Order: sequence, then structure tokens, then C-alpha cells
Amino acid sequence: MQAELIEIRNHLAQHSPFDEMPEETLDKIVSSIEVAYFRAGTEVLKFGESNAYLHYIRSGAVEMYRRSGELYNRLGEGEIFGQYGLLMSKTVRFPVTAIEDSLIYLIPDEIFQYLWQTDENFTDFVEVEDRSRLRSALSRREKSNQPMTARVTRLISREPVTAPNTVRLQEAARIMTEKGVSALLLMDESGDNARLSGIITDRDLRTRALSEALPSETPISEIMTDQLITTSSNSFIFEAMLTMLHNNVHHLPVMEGDRIRGVIALSDIVKHESQSSLYLVSNIYQQQDIKGLKRLSKEVPNTFVRMVREDANSHMIGSAMAGIGRSFSQRLLELGEEKLGPPPIPYCFMALGSMARDEQLVVTDQDNAMVLDDSFDPAQHDEYFLALAKFVSDGLAECGYAYCTGDIMATNQKWRQPLRVWKEYFADWTENPKAEALLNSNIFFDLDGIHGRTEYTEELKAFIAEKASNSQRFLAMLARNALNRTPPLGFFRTFVMEESGKQAKTINLKRRGTAPVSDLIRVHSLACGSKAQNTFNRLKAIGKTRLIPEDGVDNLRDAFEFIAIVRIRHQALAIEAGRQPDNNVRPEDLSPFERSHLKDAFQVVSQAQKFLKFRYNAQVGRNV
Amino acid sequence: MSDNRESTTTGEMPQALSWPERFRELATQARDERLKSFYEAGCVGPETPMKDVAFVGLDFETTGLDPNKHSIVSIGVVPFTLDRVQLGGARHWLVKPQLPLHQTSITIHGITHTDIDKAPDLDDVLGEVLGSLAGRIPVVHYRSIERPFLNVALKWRIGQEIEFPVIDTMAIEAHLHPDRQPNWWQKLRGQQPVSIRLTDSRLRYGLPHYPPHNALVDALASAELLMAQIQHHFSPETRIGDLWL
Repeated sequence: MQAELIEIRNHLAQHSPFDEMPEETLDKIVSSIEVAYFRAGTEVLKFGESNAYLHYIRSGAVEMYRRSGELYNRLGEGEIFGQYGLLMSKTVRFPVTAIEDSLIYLIPDEIFQYLWQTDENFTDFVEVEDRSRLRSALSRREKSNQPMTARVTRLISREPVTAPNTVRLQEAARIMTEKGVSALLLMDESGDNARLSGIITDRDLRTRALSEALPSETPISEIMTDQLITTSSNSFIFEAMLTMLHNNVHHLPVMEGDRIRGVIALSDIVKHESQSSLYLVSNIYQQQDIKGLKRLSKEVPNTFVRMVREDANSHMIGSAMAGIGRSFSQRLLELGEEKLGPPPIPYCFMALGSMARDEQLVVTDQDNAMVLDDSFDPAQHDEYFLALAKFVSDGLAECGYAYCTGDIMATNQKWRQPLRVWKEYFADWTENPKAEALLNSNIFFDLDGIHGRTEYTEELKAFIAEKASNSQRFLAMLARNALNRTPPLGFFRTFVMEESGKQAKTINLKRRGTAPVSDLIRVHSLACGSKAQNTFNRLKAIGKTRLIPEDGVDNLRDAFEFIAIVRIRHQALAIEAGRQPDNNVRPEDLSPFERSHLKDAFQVVSQAQKFLKFRYNAQVGRNV
Repeated sequence: MSDNRESTTTGEMPQALSWPERFRELATQARDERLKSFYEAGCVGPETPMKDVAFVGLDFETTGLDPNKHSIVSIGVVPFTLDRVQLGGARHWLVKPQLPLHQTSITIHGITHTDIDKAPDLDDVLGEVLGSLAGRIPVVHYRSIERPFLNVALKWRIGQEIEFPVIDTMAIEAHLHPDRQPNWWQKLRGQQPVSIRLTDSRLRYGLPHYPPHNALVDALASAELLMAQIQHHFSPETRIGDLWL
């Protein structure tokens, strides 16, 4: 290259995928460039024509179209086009027209092929399949993020310490002291093979035995926990952490099938990766009043930012934030019950929406409800539950979880009803679906019992799973609603591009990104009778059926993760800068990497929406 | 514009012969082999449509504006046709200027004295320079520099002058904006005169801003400007005879 052409090299070097190339490679490219000029309105590439160049926009702007004539993309300075044809048949797949006077640098196929074979970053960037590009972008992140992908077995340092479940209290305590463990596994040895039947921890000994002054001869089976929560030996450390957060337990037996591999304790995980969210949760349970909880809630944004910095994925962050929110609710319910006395009849407090899906972020309001025992008598009991609901709701508001503007809270009498009424609600929604009504009740199809008789919620989940999968009309209606919010086409300069060609200044990544995905996945998930709530878990369940094409599941998972993590990072940046986090992102705040991969993700979502419409025969007029 | 010719001392065609004929004639008269090969490469006829012409963007950096007093410092060329500029063919030469004593401390844009001291005399690179122009129509922005400076430089070195047609992108802009100066009413309303300088002209066609004062970059800038001018105001079928000077 003539050194005087450094100006051209510098321009390339400011734009992906050239920005990571060594100078020698850029010099080679510059020497090969042919410069062409296109007046606004002239065709740059005609469909089906042969093309032997990668096109780089030095100045101006172009539009790419689908074969159908639909707008596919609008590109400006520093962006490239023409690569699809080069990788496929050397013919133009997406015709291109200059929409402004444009100066284009043409990079010959020979150089393109050389870069494609020698420069991994370049290859990723121009890869034909948008999907695989998204995948490699995500996997590159995961690689740099080893601790998050470590398995629980790494934390097991000793053989499990067990005892028969027939031992007495004193004996159990002695074994634990002798072996220096904070949890003892209790085995049922009555059958041929010993079977894990319970666990007792230091804390249990304190709260259940000592404080009640139980005799040392008490059979351990009377005070042990027999509803065991375990984790599998191939689960990730972060999954174990989430299980602990979700269930508020500090010890988890690690199982390999029926065999016990060991026990991991909360302290093991904390040592392993300083997960501040766990400290926060255990602190929540130590607070004695709303004031203390409120003070602690100030820590939530910091915890969020720290997880983002540690490169946690969206599932981990969403679950941790939901776990924290759940803990605030649970502690408030405990405090409420202390203040108002024990509940007159059993009840279950339900979380709805993002908290139930384990997809909560920092900007969130409270969505909750109460399922009461069927013996509920309004005159006799409702005063208590209203007071409790109000206590919790006000407390949550104090802690930064804003009141739900749609009044979906247990303080609303409509959402504080006995189990049989809840079943009537769900039966009505699924059997006599009305689009309008369903729009407002969407949120009830993401539910999770967080306090009290959680089995009520489980019963509702099973009820919904059965009803929903059998009602084509309901699914069609839900699918129709899921198409109300569409992703944009992509970005152009500092604008968000719509399919209509219109441009906007910002994009709401929740409304136009994550929400459309969780909406459409909810439909498939209900159709296949799954009881999963989390979007990733729902996708797993869908993947086991033939409901959507095989690679559709992976593509959607990648798209959802990418949009979610960009949204999360955006909020973390706002918090760090001392601004109020929100969901509105300006294109100029996105890196070129994020912009191009977001566009890929939007395309996956858009296609998934088209499939949804076809699959459930959902007739809609699209509106954004 | 073809009738808008200047005096013969600037290296323009002195008589009513067509350029191809004139080139053949000059080829026989040339004593210097390098000049001879240049003419022998020929010149397209005036009827040739622009789309079929091989051009070369050409720019000199000089120590001043008067070819009889000032010297060439650097030369940039880039070959192109109306649809493509070939950056692979771009060339740039630094040449040692013949400076009067009082000018030895002159600073020339971005070029150090060490560069100049090491640079060859134009005579040493004349074959390469003429070779890159041979068979192509030079495109310049402001025709009173390149052709006259090259003409004088050759006269001094090989005792022969040089003639060739050029396309002047500035002359085209001048032609497109005959009323560049706002009248009294427009001035009153704050209207600025239309600038036909290279950088300003390029902006009107959506061409990017390039840093000025580098012969190769300016040669490229003129080449791109011509491509844009033809697309906006002329046609690929326009006869070159209508535009060259």
C-alpha cells in the first residue's frame, strides 16, 4: 500500500470487522480496493447478478431488500454488504440501492476469501447464517467466564457424612461434632439399599431442638427435613446457588442418580465465587422490621451490577434478582404473620410475571396474589388476609418494588381468592378466551408459590397445563396477543429501523425484545403441557416435543439471551453512572458488535413470530 | 467548454489538430525516449464516450503557484475509469525541488527536509511518472498547476515541452455554478458564495472529507469527484471532447 493511503486504512480500522486486524492485513486490503460512486437512487447490486466484491460504505447509505421487495436492512458509513453472495454462489441474494450519494470501497473476492480463511473474527462477522454468528458471540462470552460454568462436584471435598434415620437427637449431634460437619444426611436402611430420607443441619438443631428443649432421646426422624431439596452432580455451581436462593436452604445433597456424591453448603459457594446475592438473601432473613429491609434493599442494585461485571448470564442474574425479590416477600410475610398472628386458614402467596419466571431485573414492580384454602369465609377471614396483603405490598413498595399499576396484587380482592375460585378463573380464561381479557391476564400464566402452601400453586400449574394444551382457541388467542409486540428490523446510524422503513430514536429492549420472546415461548410451553415458568426451562420442555423445528429452540435461546444481556448491561451502566436504569436504549450507546448481533436476534424473533402465527392460526393485525 | 482554451505556454494544444493526431506528430518529434513512449501510447479521440476512457487522477504539491519560479515537491497518481478507481495502481513520488536560496527553510505540508534531501530529482523518476500517465487522460482539480509545472520541468531537464489534454474538475464546477458570487440581495440575506475548491466541491456530492495537501490523496479526491460529476450532471455517454481542455 502507498503510505499516503493511510487515510483509507484508518477509516477501515475504525469499523468492525476490520478494527481488530493487524496493519499488514489492512494494507493488503487497501491495496486491493476499488472505489465506486453511486448517486442516490441508483442500484448498487441487482438480484441474481454476479458479484465478486465485498462492499464497504465509505460515505452515504444504502438499503438492502429481500427478494420479495421487503426492506431487509439499511446500512451507513463503515458497514459492509455483499458478503452473503460471496459466501454462497457469487450472485446477489439481497439487492442493494443507494439511498444517498455513496462512495463504496470494493474489496475483491480473492481478498475476502483470504480474510475468511485466516481471520476468525472476520469469519464470525460475515458468517452467512445470522444464527451461528449469534451463537459464536455468546459462546465467546462463556469461554471468558469459567467460574460460571464450573460443576458442583468441584465443591465436594469429602465423602458424605451419613447416619441411619433411626438415630436419636444426641447421637446425631455427636456425629456432626465428631466429623466437623454442619449437616448430616439421614439414611433409611430398612430396605435392601440404604436410601437418603432426610437431612439435619446445625440450624435445625438450634431452632427445632434446642429452642424447644427437646429431650436428647427424640428420634431424629421427628425433626429432620424430609422434603429434601437436592441437586444433580452434573449441575453447574450457579444452578446450585439458584436452588439455594429459591428454596432458602443452606445445604444441598448432590446426587448422582440414587447415589449421594456429597453435600455442598452455602459457605462453599460463597468461598468459590463471592456471590454477593447470597449474602444479601441471608441478610434479608435477619431483618426484624421494614426499616431494616428497606435499608438492605439499597444493596440490590450493587449486587446486580456486580453480577453483570462478573459476566453472569441473563439466567443467573434474572434468577438471583428474582430470588432476592422472593426473599423480601417471604420475610415480609413472616413479619406480617408475627404482627397479625398466625393465619386463620392455610394460604399460599404467589409471585406472578417476571419474578415467577426467574427473570427479574432491577426495574420492576410487584405482581402478586393469594391463593386461600377452600374453607375461606370472607366475613371471617378476609380482614386478616387483606391486612397481611397490605403489609407485604406496602413493605415491598418501601423496598423499591413499585405498586403494580394494573393492580395485580394480593391487596386487590379479585386476586385474593380461594383455590376453587382461582381454578374458575383459569377455566374461564382457557375455555372462553377473549383477546382483550387475555391481554390482561397473561401475567397469571407465569406463577410461582413463594410462601405458605406452595402446593396450591403447584395444583394451579397442573390445572393450567392441562386446560391450556387442550384448548386450541385459547392458544390461538394467546398467540395472537403474543404478536402484538414485534422486534424492530435493526439499526441505522443513530436510529432504530422499523420494517416500514420508519426510524426511531430509542428502542425499549423489554417491550420490543425480551417480552415478545417470553410471550411466544409461553404459548408453545402451554401448548405442550409444560409446567415450567422460566423461559429457558420452557424452551427445554418445548425442545423435547416436535412443536417447533429443531434448530428453532436453540436460535430462540440464543436470541433471548443476547437481547436480555444487552438490556441487563444497559441497566448496569445506568446504575454505575448514577442514573435511573430503564429499558430504553439509544442505538449510539450500543457497540457495533451489539448492534449487529441484536439485529440477528431480532430476526430470529421475527421469524419465530411468523411461525407462531402459522402454527396456531393466529389472525392478527400487527401493531407496535 | 472546449472552446475555452488557454495560451500555448501552459502546454495546451497549440493548433486545430485533434489530440490523437497531435500525439502521433509529437511522438515523431520527441528526442527523449521516455517522452516518446508517452506519446506513442496515444490519446483517445474526442468522440470517445467517457465510459470508455482510461483516466488517471493527477496531483502535484508545489512550492508555489508560478511554474517559472516554483518547483514540484510531490506527485500523486491513481488510475481509474468512470466506474472504478484502482487503489492498487496508486503511486506517489517525492522529488527534490529546485529551491532558491532564500527558500531553503520553506515548510511544505507534512514533508520534512530530510525527506526532501533524500528525494530524487524529477529526472530520475520521469520514466515512471510518464509511464503512469501514458494512454490515460489526466484528471486534475485546477488545470493551471500540473500541466504547466510538468511542462516547465521537462523544458529544463530534457529541453522539450509536453502537451496533453486534461479534464479539470474545478472548471466543471465553475461551469456548473456560473453565478458563484451572491448578488447584493443574496449577500444581504447572508448567502455565502459557492466554493469550487476541491474539498468544498466534494461535499456537494456526498463525498467524504479527506485531509488536504497530499498529492496522492488529492489525486484520488479529484478522480472520485469526476465520477460523481458525471453521474450527477452528465452521462457515461458524454463525449470526452466536450470536457477536456
